[in-house]
Amino acid sequence: MATLTIRDALNQALREEIIRDDNVFVMGEEVAEYDGAYKVTRGLWKEFGDKRIIDTPITELGFAAVGVGAAMAGLRPVIEFMTWNFSVLASDQIINHAAKMFYMSGGQFKVPVVFRGPNGSAFQVSSQHSHSLEAMYANFPGLKVVQPSTAADAKGLLKSSIRDDNPVIFMEQERMYGLKGEVPDGDDFTIPLGVADIKREGTDCTIVARSMTVPIALQAAEKMQAEFDVSVEVVDPRTIKPLDIETIVNSVKKTNRLVIAEESHSFASVGAEIAYQIMDGAFDHLDAPIKRISTVEAPMPYAKNLETLALPDVDKIVAAVKEVCYL
Amino acid sequence: MAEKFLMPKLSPTMEEGQISRWVKSEGDAFEANETLAEVDTDKATMEMTALTGGTLLKILKGEGETALLGEAIAITGKKGEDISALLTEVASNGGRKASDAGGTPALQSEPPVSAGGQIATTATSQSNVGGSPTQAETRTTASVPSGISVTPTNGRMIVSPIAARMAADNGIDLRNVSGSGPNGRIIKRDIEEALSGGTRTPSSATANQFTPSTIVGASAFSDEPTSKMRQVIAGRLAESIGPIPTFYLTVEIEMDNVLAVRKQINANLDDESKISVNDIIVKAAAMSLLKHPWVNASYQDKTVRFYEQADIGVAVAIDEGLITPVVRGANLKGLAEISAEIKDLATKAKAKKLQPDEYTGATFSISNLGMMGIKEFTAIINPPEAAIIAVGGAIQTPVVREGQIVIRNLMHVTMSCDHRVVDGATGAKFLQSFKQMLEQPAMMLL
Repeated sequence: MATLTIRDALNQALREEIIRDDNVFVMGEEVAEYDGAYKVTRGLWKEFGDKRIIDTPITELGFAAVGVGAAMAGLRPVIEFMTWNFSVLASDQIINHAAKMFYMSGGQFKVPVVFRGPNGSAFQVSSQHSHSLEAMYANFPGLKVVQPSTAADAKGLLKSSIRDDNPVIFMEQERMYGLKGEVPDGDDFTIPLGVADIKREGTDCTIVARSMTVPIALQAAEKMQAEFDVSVEVVDPRTIKPLDIETIVNSVKKTNRLVIAEESHSFASVGAEIAYQIMDGAFDHLDAPIKRISTVEAPMPYAKNLETLALPDVDKIVAAVKEVCYL
Repeated sequence: MAEKFLMPKLSPTMEEGQISRWVKSEGDAFEANETLAEVDTDKATMEMTALTGGTLLKILKGEGETALLGEAIAITGKKGEDISALLTEVASNGGRKASDAGGTPALQSEPPVSAGGQIATTATSQSNVGGSPTQAETRTTASVPSGISVTPTNGRMIVSPIAARMAADNGIDLRNVSGSGPNGRIIKRDIEEALSGGTRTPSSATANQFTPSTIVGASAFSDEPTSKMRQVIAGRLAESIGPIPTFYLTVEIEMDNVLAVRKQINANLDDESKISVNDIIVKAAAMSLLKHPWVNASYQDKTVRFYEQADIGVAVAIDEGLITPVVRGANLKGLAEISAEIKDLATKAKAKKLQPDEYTGATFSISNLGMMGIKEFTAIINPPEAAIIAVGGAIQTPVVREGQIVIRNLMHVTMSCDHRVVDGATGAKFLQSFKQMLEQPAMMLL
């Protein structure tokens, strides 16, 4: 096993899939000659050339549409959004075309495209560039939504996303590109979509976290163990859609308590959906109302101190865990 | 479908009710178990609650208006429904319930329930057999899974889903578990503690903790045939005096020992839990009654009813008159429990919040005017009880003991007896026991 950053794990996944399948190509702003705005595509243009790694003008709607068309024609495009904030410009292609084509063509056209890039907050990029858009895309049937939180998950899930015949919304996190983790060797390592991962086993309380809140939840779990002798289980769904609710239900049946930690705003969030599904599937097992920690319902402030206050953190999650444990 | 909401039977003796206050207004939606109005009955102000949800479409009887049992007092249904036909019907027959099988609604013993089954009351009807659940309890428990008990009070019991499940699975009565969660929510750890033995004790524990007796409902009884002689006695005495041939027996009781015992007990209790002389009198009367079944009885014409426990009615003066809340099974209860119960009942009585089963069905009554400076008086029997004692104040009096004049606290007690069951000697023997209990309070320990 090699220890890689999430950035390099993603790079490996792209490289291996480009080699594995001639139909795979990468397209986006600055992905080729500049090696990508966040260096996820570093070295790929030099190795594979103009046909496989393609720089585009600043035209999100245009290159997203080229991706959808190429996928319909049989290729497997990986379309990079410099950040998911810019995908809003291309959302008509994603929602009205990529997500609907297979259904509306009566199954004649599948759309095996991957849209990928960083999602959520970064470092003081303010209100227009800090969106967590997973709930929006997860709301549309026809799209799969993936949010990895470790290097291994990033590599294994990206490879599965590229091989999947459906359009996949693949959401990374800018703050996490440098996070290191062990990644299994070998070109064949993949992680199936729709399977949650228990990042830490516990018996007293479940935290469902994804993307950036996974490492924060793990720290909160350590703190609960050390200071309150409370054993916290951290479940990472990894794939938002399809959601592996069964793993979460089983965890809640064991712990009887649930805290959901997410970087998006709270209203109509993925956490709200999980809370509903737990109510549906594990109501009789709950010992306390479900608590949720989200980003505050306000545009992201630019000021560093306010940005910190707006986002989920260890203390907020610890407070929520204490509340559901009646401590 | 819109329906008439009929005046329910809210007390065992109620024949009509006066709307004290509408809690809901016309157009308001309500849910099952929500209070729609407060109704003054012959004894108390009762909450009238809905059995199913709906909307209050039209109020037919306003505040202050009186309706007979089974008379329409409102129309309920879905918002916006056409109720003109119902209004016409109400106007033409005065709102009486349409007699579907020739029944006379006003005389029904059950609350008149229309087809939609709308009426439930928080009142519990008097149950004559000990141990049988009251109506309210039956209704409440019917709506929850078997094995889970909930308190039949107005207050909802708050239980987390997993705690409710664990309690049901393990046969734990949630009424015996105190919740440690917010608002007293019973949570998993409370059940775990109950399972491991010790139920959590409330944090407001006081010195006079007692385990509540498991007395449910009124005393059980046995009916035995009235002897020929007793029938003749009953008939002749009634002819001579009136419906209840009453006679009176007065006894003088030295209360010094009781006062000393009370002082001793109260020294160990906080102010809120202190017991009164009257609490001790209730206990002494209850224990004496068990020794004298003819006094703890009721003349029923063809039978004489003997009660198995002493349910003591304690007369409480309220603004509009007098009511006698009942301490059930006082012979089985300790002084702390009796005291707490009387305080609770008296508070409810003054707020007119007593439920019918809390003021009916006593087997014997006590009226105490001692605290109002009365030395001696007679009380009127509360039928069908056989007797009542009128208790005067304990007054310092010079008496002769062993040739010496000493000061003693003397209390006069006069018992009114129903001569149809209680003869002079029977009553006297009861008072002897009662006097002995109070003069030698240690006898109550037996």
